[in-house]
Amino acid sequence: MGGYGDIQCIDENGIRLDGRTKDEVRPVHIETGVVPVADGSARMTWGLNDVIAAVYGPMEAHPRKIQRQDRAVLDVRYNMAPFSTTDRIRPGFNRRSREISKVTAEALESVVLTELYPRSKIRVEIEIICAEAGTRCAGITAASVALAHAGIPMSDMVVSVASGKVHDIVVCDLNKEEDNYGEADLPMGILPNSGELVFLQMDGDLSPDQFQEAWDYNMEATKVIHAEMVRALRGGDE
Amino acid sequence: MKGRSVARPDNMSGDKGAGGPRGSRQAPLLVAPGDDLGDSGGLEAGHGVLAINGRLRALKQGRMSNRDGTVSIEPRRTAYVPRPSDLVIGYIEGCTSNIWFIDIGAPFNAILPMSLGPSKAEFGGIRKVLDIGDAILCRVQEVEENHSSVVTMKGMGLRAIRAGSVEDIDPHLLGRLIGRGGNNLRQLKEDTECRVVAGDNGRVWIDGDLSGIVDARDRLNALLTEAKVEEYRGDA
Repeated sequence: MGGYGDIQCIDENGIRLDGRTKDEVRPVHIETGVVPVADGSARMTWGLNDVIAAVYGPMEAHPRKIQRQDRAVLDVRYNMAPFSTTDRIRPGFNRRSREISKVTAEALESVVLTELYPRSKIRVEIEIICAEAGTRCAGITAASVALAHAGIPMSDMVVSVASGKVHDIVVCDLNKEEDNYGEADLPMGILPNSGELVFLQMDGDLSPDQFQEAWDYNMEATKVIHAEMVRALRGGDE
Repeated sequence: MKGRSVARPDNMSGDKGAGGPRGSRQAPLLVAPGDDLGDSGGLEAGHGVLAINGRLRALKQGRMSNRDGTVSIEPRRTAYVPRPSDLVIGYIEGCTSNIWFIDIGAPFNAILPMSLGPSKAEFGGIRKVLDIGDAILCRVQEVEENHSSVVTMKGMGLRAIRAGSVEDIDPHLLGRLIGRGGNNLRQLKEDTECRVVAGDNGRVWIDGDLSGIVDARDRLNALLTEAKVEEYRGDA
């Protein structure tokens, strides 16, 4: 969060740079089965974000030291392609991708019934092809659809979305300019059927009222995204 | 597949008297994980369904069915979970001096002890008999409580696979491949003049002339595509 910038991200009528109102979500589209060799896969386009998630397993966990006797482990790898942003990203793991891989695994572990597959591993690969803003949210959501597509038993799916504050106005589903020049963002992972929260991070400062507003926006956005997830899993345009 | 579904991480409900699906008219045919299937009215939660607080919830993506008072999900995809006496096709993944480790497509590798191997092997020299990467046709002899399984190659027709092609299909589609009374599989063998062995773990060994193998693979793919289209339409 770089504080106030020179860019005016939202006008006096509440219309944002990309023409959305402050409670509107970017266009979302999900398709499944995009990686035929994987056990389950999904591709999600969310605004300009383009994410592919592939799931392999459950399979024997190697090396053995990562095995857990009472449950499966989720081996999540989040990666941004070098060409996914205007500045080339150095290939390979870095601190940011490690952090996102970890929080993604923890969010997904709360819904996957890992106890059904002790000592095994479920490998989740998340590849960011094109990044705008909110790639961790898109990654978690796409991974959730890919897990469901792979037939992994889950008590619910995780929908992740971020709201934030731009020029003291709380807006839903930040785009690139809002992410860069805004003052705060609040990514959340929500279980759409129960409304439970499985993941929350906050970057920047929000007052209690602003926090509540961002929370409400995320909850509403969850319904839109979940509907698209279900549509994709039920076989597309029905 | 002897008319049973392959994957079964079990009946996941511990609450048999809890809620169940709403009337079948309102119930969605295709469901996604987390979908609420409604109250029970005395129905049981079957495969892929969890009973929580008097409600039924889908755990998998698939088609909901209600048979004899048990609500279950027929998943579109599923992992193979071994059962004793299953005929499976595996790959040698590793070995010690007297044990092979076999990838049978399950969440857990199986072991093949030297004593259950295809032929007499010397202690420390088992790689001369079966090496890493080899495919084998074997049978599940035992599944332990911790999900470890033991396979055997002692039995009629069990062998190392040295020719042909091994194809993977989703285990729950095996029934469709084999057909009622084995009709579809028999027809496939006759038409392609190939030996076709369908393992319970969803691996299919096709052996014969190259043209026959190609033909069999094409038919297999066509059958699977058709199955998927029907499933998405919801009339499978």
